[in-house]
Amino acid sequence: MTTETRAFNAASFFAYLKEGQLAGIRCRSCGKLSAEARPMCQACHSRDVEWFQFSGRGQLSAFTCISVVPNAMGEKGFGRNNPYCSGIVTLEEGPRISALVLGVDAANPQNIATGMALTLDVQDMESDRPTLAFVPA
Amino acid sequence: MAATISTAKRRQLGRPVSIVGAGLSRFGAFRDMTTRDLFVEAFQDLIDHMDQGIDVEDIECGYIGNYSSDLFEGQGHTAPILADWLGMTPTPITRIENACASSGSALREGIMAIASGMYDVVLVGGVEKMTDLPTEGVTDVLASAADGLYEVPAGLTFPGIYGALAKAHMDRYETSLAHLAKVGIKNHTNGALNPKAQFNTTLLDMMERRKARAEQQGQPVPDWRDEMDFLNDPRANPWIAWPLRLYDCAPITDGASCVLLVSSEIANNFTDKPVHVVGTGQASGRPLHDAEELTSLSAAREAAAQAYAMAGVTPRDIQVAEVHDCFTIAEIIATEDLGFFEPGEGPRAVDEGRTALTGDRPINTSGGLKAKGHPVGASGVAQVIETFHQLRGEAGPRQVPNTNLELGLTHNVGGTGGTCVVNILRRG
Repeated sequence: MTTETRAFNAASFFAYLKEGQLAGIRCRSCGKLSAEARPMCQACHSRDVEWFQFSGRGQLSAFTCISVVPNAMGEKGFGRNNPYCSGIVTLEEGPRISALVLGVDAANPQNIATGMALTLDVQDMESDRPTLAFVPA
Repeated sequence: MAATISTAKRRQLGRPVSIVGAGLSRFGAFRDMTTRDLFVEAFQDLIDHMDQGIDVEDIECGYIGNYSSDLFEGQGHTAPILADWLGMTPTPITRIENACASSGSALREGIMAIASGMYDVVLVGGVEKMTDLPTEGVTDVLASAADGLYEVPAGLTFPGIYGALAKAHMDRYETSLAHLAKVGIKNHTNGALNPKAQFNTTLLDMMERRKARAEQQGQPVPDWRDEMDFLNDPRANPWIAWPLRLYDCAPITDGASCVLLVSSEIANNFTDKPVHVVGTGQASGRPLHDAEELTSLSAAREAAAQAYAMAGVTPRDIQVAEVHDCFTIAEIIATEDLGFFEPGEGPRAVDEGRTALTGDRPINTSGGLKAKGHPVGASGVAQVIETFHQLRGEAGPRQVPNTNLELGLTHNVGGTGGTCVVNILRRG
């Protein structure tokens, strides 16, 4: 938790990522946590929200290994012969988030296990929109 | 196990609404056709098949589903162009966008426009021209139906998110690649009976043709024994987004669909065989990472609950259904979300042939999005058209063998469950 007063929006979410931190929102009214930066609680509609720093620890709840890639991932060298893994990560504080999963063998998905422990490893730090990524803990 | 279908507030239409005509363009890849050409073809098909004719001047209003003519062909503000090309100006036409549920949503707007008492005769439809872009471009356009801030940057594509759903379903239940393959085989078997289908052929015939071609060209002939063998060959069926392979995915399609809705009071002026809209529901859902469950689409459960409540029927009463099989796993999850089978029982129902044309719960008799094709903005109304033909007993070789066919259902999903529209139709 923090007394930080950055605007509750995606620009701030990415600014935190650029600092290596996964920050989301805690509702001061109902306690709901969101790994997405929102100006209003989606559970109780309260505007009384605050920044919440997630530990960056979590586990892999579902995943896919993508071979037919969008242009943006193609530019990073991924493609039919070099698939990548994207997953749904359940943070240890409870909320889930979509993230790139690195450090796993995406060409052999049968070797990737749901439930595996992951830790935050932000990519593209030089960009204005760094990439939320995790690696095996 | 908890009941799949929750209760929903029972809403009623202000007055009854009926479908009295349907038109479909060919589905496929048509290089020289644009959005307007496709929709005109569907509209001409409608006019040609009205039982007692229609004067275009009598159509008072229109709603057309279209996901992204802007990104697919660089054309925005599509509705007035369609009005012009149909010779319908100054009739108001509005484009509705809800990703792959665009025309399902357009249909609901038309239903409500009549139910409100404002109009008596309304055209609803959908259209998508997708094949101008290369596959990577189409992948990008479809991915823009997901959350651009919190899903797309994770590398997730449209098949990717359904791949994650498939993996979650496999982890939780006994779902396998073979179950997914069987959905595709079944839908292609139906599509082979549908002359409008993009893939008007069984997978077995497709396999035999590829063998024959290899032989003709003096190349090594693959030794596939049957469809399953063919689908298990990574050269024939490569990974798209593991655990989904090429033949788990609906194709990229150009096509258009439309139906004529009227106030039920005047339905008999148009046909002796109207089909009544007795239930309609629509709901919104959150991205997969924020969903209550990773093996189900909450919007589908809610939309179904609304439609069942309005119609006063239960899943057991539904005799034929077109569900949104943009991927094979999506059909399995749909049959569970709609309450046809308990959660986790969808794969077994496929194994047992229950969802085949001759099964007790025929699903996607048209071939589904998988074989019929998936021009995204047109699919919701195309599902309604198949159900209209089934209920009128005019589906030809793919007619469900049940002489008491009375109730059908359509299930149209936008994105990965961001939107779901469910309609229940009754033979008049």
